[in-house]
Amino acid sequence: MNLTLHLPATWLVLAAAASIASVVTGLAFGSVDLPLGDVLRALIGKDATLVTDIVWQLRLPRVLSAFACGGLLALAGALLQALLRNPLADPYILGISGGAAVAALSAMIFGLAAAAVSFSALGGALAAVGLVFALGFSRGGNMVRLLLTGVVLSAGFGALISLLLTLAPETQVRGMLFWLMGDLSQAQAPGPVWGILLAALGFGWWQAKSLDILGLGELKARSLGIAVRPLQIGIFFAASAATAAVVVEAGTIGFVGLIVPHFVRLLGFSGHRWLLPLAALAGGSFLTLADTLARTVVAPQQLPVGVLTALLGVPLLLFLLSRKP
Amino acid sequence: MLRAQKLNLSVPGKTLCRDLDIVIKPGECWAILGRNGSGKTTLLHALSGLRVPESGGVSWAGKPLADYPRRDLARQIGVLPQDEGHEFWGTVLEYVLLGRYPHSRGFGVSGEDEEAAASALRQVGMADMAGRTLITLSGGERQRVRIAMLLAQSPQLYCLDEPLQHLDLGHQAEALRLFRRLAAEEGRAVLMVLHETLWAGRFCDHALLLYDNGEIASGSASELLNGENLERLYQCGLRELPTEDGRCWVPA
Repeated sequence: MNLTLHLPATWLVLAAAASIASVVTGLAFGSVDLPLGDVLRALIGKDATLVTDIVWQLRLPRVLSAFACGGLLALAGALLQALLRNPLADPYILGISGGAAVAALSAMIFGLAAAAVSFSALGGALAAVGLVFALGFSRGGNMVRLLLTGVVLSAGFGALISLLLTLAPETQVRGMLFWLMGDLSQAQAPGPVWGILLAALGFGWWQAKSLDILGLGELKARSLGIAVRPLQIGIFFAASAATAAVVVEAGTIGFVGLIVPHFVRLLGFSGHRWLLPLAALAGGSFLTLADTLARTVVAPQQLPVGVLTALLGVPLLLFLLSRKP
Repeated sequence: MLRAQKLNLSVPGKTLCRDLDIVIKPGECWAILGRNGSGKTTLLHALSGLRVPESGGVSWAGKPLADYPRRDLARQIGVLPQDEGHEFWGTVLEYVLLGRYPHSRGFGVSGEDEEAAASALRQVGMADMAGRTLITLSGGERQRVRIAMLLAQSPQLYCLDEPLQHLDLGHQAEALRLFRRLAAEEGRAVLMVLHETLWAGRFCDHALLLYDNGEIASGSASELLNGENLERLYQCGLRELPTEDGRCWVPA
């Protein structure tokens, strides 16, 4: 038992160290590379120089947003995989991102300002959440219907997105594509995403045992004393809030929510008590590094971060899958 | 003690159970027999509190099941559902430990939980597989681990839905002996859906026969399990083979 107790703690320390390293890396690299010493000095508030300005004003908000978004996506993925009892579930499977995207792209077509686009995305995400909840949980509700509702709505939103892209003036299409592929360049206020990250993590940690038991099937979970329906609704809203927060902050960043929970499971963690915090840290580090690369690979041009998460994540997970029996 | 009073169960287009009155006492072992779709599982769910009956009531120790907090009820009544498939990536021991949920408060795993899980794995002969990943087990091994989780839950009434599925002949007998012993020595009660009339006759002292027309016969297994009733129950001609206790039927 000692081993199983100590091993997660070791990994948690490792993941925390990786998180800090990823944040510092994100602060050091960009259109101007900063020496590590200068970054650390700037962080603890010594000498008010240009470096301090770059670190505090420009990079820190974006890096912290990236970290929180990555953590939220990984959490939402793990929660939805538990809710739907489906390893293919990812944060976008219930169509929340689709609803947000349709609303955001519409706002862009009408030439609204960035803040209005975010606001519109939030409205679209909430509308999609409400719609999926009303259809998926009606008449007793079952998770297969919830999943199908989400998938069908996603397909519908996908068609609307294509329609909007076709109708949009050519000058706007590029910005829209960036939004669709995930883009953290507008992320300047990490407060709300961090708040939601901590709340969602707290919920998951609190319900960790129940989430494990939910994987056994609804009947078994009920017979063990779990209030299955309230738990499912709680997971649904926690995952929805996490997804909506990310989509509003950074558009639809793919692959983090799907692969990070599996990555942590392949390390040998199945219980949600460890899976969720490890996934949040790993997802945060991963997206922070991916965003740093997105800013630097072809600097001064920036790449959509979603392209990098997929390009990095897919080979990594394939490699891990091929090693496990 | 489990008591069902005037229990009525139906699914759209079919009455499964009409005004059923039964009492299951500590130490008793009940078999539920019937054709496919006759409502065995539905009845088991109603009697274990997983399903609200159309009318009538089920009570445990004199208190309606619905009045129990869920976890309290889970310490009294445990269910082995038919395999729902599972999304579980951990080890056999971690799986069995989940059965301790109704007994534990907070996060941790207590020494008592670990002991109960280890003992449960020993009882189904899976102790040396404790560290294996669950998904690498065979169907029969998995079924024994599912039984172990129920043993770790340690309820007073075991409700088993086809507990013998995937088990070979030897492990079928072993599983039934185990539950028989829990009833006889520890005063727990067992209620199980079975298809094997031979096993029902040998290991159960009471039986519930669910006929297709919604009629249910309940009572002592030695009286109910006879050729005439079973032919009517399964709508199939049967031949009784002479055995020591005279209770073995094969299709005619």
